[in-house]
Amino acid sequence: MTPLSIIKRAKELSFDIIAISDHNSAENLFAASKIAKKEDIFLIPAMEITSHEEAHILALFGDIESVMEMQSIIYRTLPDIEPIDFGPIYQVVVNENDEILDLNDRMLFGASSLSTKEIVDKIHSLNGIAIASHVDREIFSIISQLGFIPDDIKIDAIEISYSCRLKKALQMLDAYKYLPWIRNSDAHCIAGIGRAYSIFQLERLSFKEIADTIRDKERIKLIKG
Amino acid sequence: MITVEKIIQELGLDVFVKGETNTVITGCYISDMLSDVMAKSKKGELWITLQTHTNIVAVAVIKSLSAIILTNGRKPEEETAKRALKENIPILIYKGSTFEIAGKLYMLLQQKT
Repeated sequence: MTPLSIIKRAKELSFDIIAISDHNSAENLFAASKIAKKEDIFLIPAMEITSHEEAHILALFGDIESVMEMQSIIYRTLPDIEPIDFGPIYQVVVNENDEILDLNDRMLFGASSLSTKEIVDKIHSLNGIAIASHVDREIFSIISQLGFIPDDIKIDAIEISYSCRLKKALQMLDAYKYLPWIRNSDAHCIAGIGRAYSIFQLERLSFKEIADTIRDKERIKLIKG
Repeated sequence: MITVEKIIQELGLDVFVKGETNTVITGCYISDMLSDVMAKSKKGELWITLQTHTNIVAVAVIKSLSAIILTNGRKPEEETAKRALKENIPILIYKGSTFEIAGKLYMLLQQKT
């Protein structure tokens, strides 16, 4: 899954806006943003961050600088473990032509030593949007890890997995109707792109407008692909 | 009949938040997923975890757990300690691993029953 192949597929599926969010990393967004600009797709620079409670938080940002600032914070707080030969765990860093520039030998599947609250607060200080990933899942969700979403963690929205039926989500997440809900593909392979998505009612195409829409639950429509 | 107080003495736990230590222990539950603890733990059980967020106190209150034991020398967050004090839930700290304390606790509870 490379920036070029992701954006080509998104283009085929006629998406206007996509977010690319690697686990605890953002290095491929330099290439992705170049390709997205060329292909006329609005790319949201993003990361899916693992907190020390092992909750996944999707962080969306308005620019590359902010996501890179977040990345450097996360890199400093990931476990410092010697890389091992354990199958394809190295993430490659590529350019806009899919040429490999570097291997990322950090333990990206590990957890940051920052708490979920610290991560969400940091995202907000960088003017980003914090979404609790796949809250319907039994692992790596803020609800599985913390039992429920506490008031002091000011997440902007919750994400419903592509695999979760809306009926089931409505039963499971009744207590969180006060929050905006969003559906994303959470694609980990090209075939997964578009398996779920959300339709936004936007006044104009900007990150601020997208962020305002995510915070306003009336303007998002959830679609299962 | 074994109380939280007795466990503190026998296992040499550090008391971070004292709370109610005269509670009789009915058993022990070990998990770091709070959703799982909410579903499976039973009234009066000790709870061993690595999690330090305030929600551990809420779960202990909801499930009427007798005490929270943090292992690997982890300490509760400031807000967690405040809440535990208010709710009278003991937070105890064990410097060793979860495996070690689980073994010791198992032996202790077996002897007493």
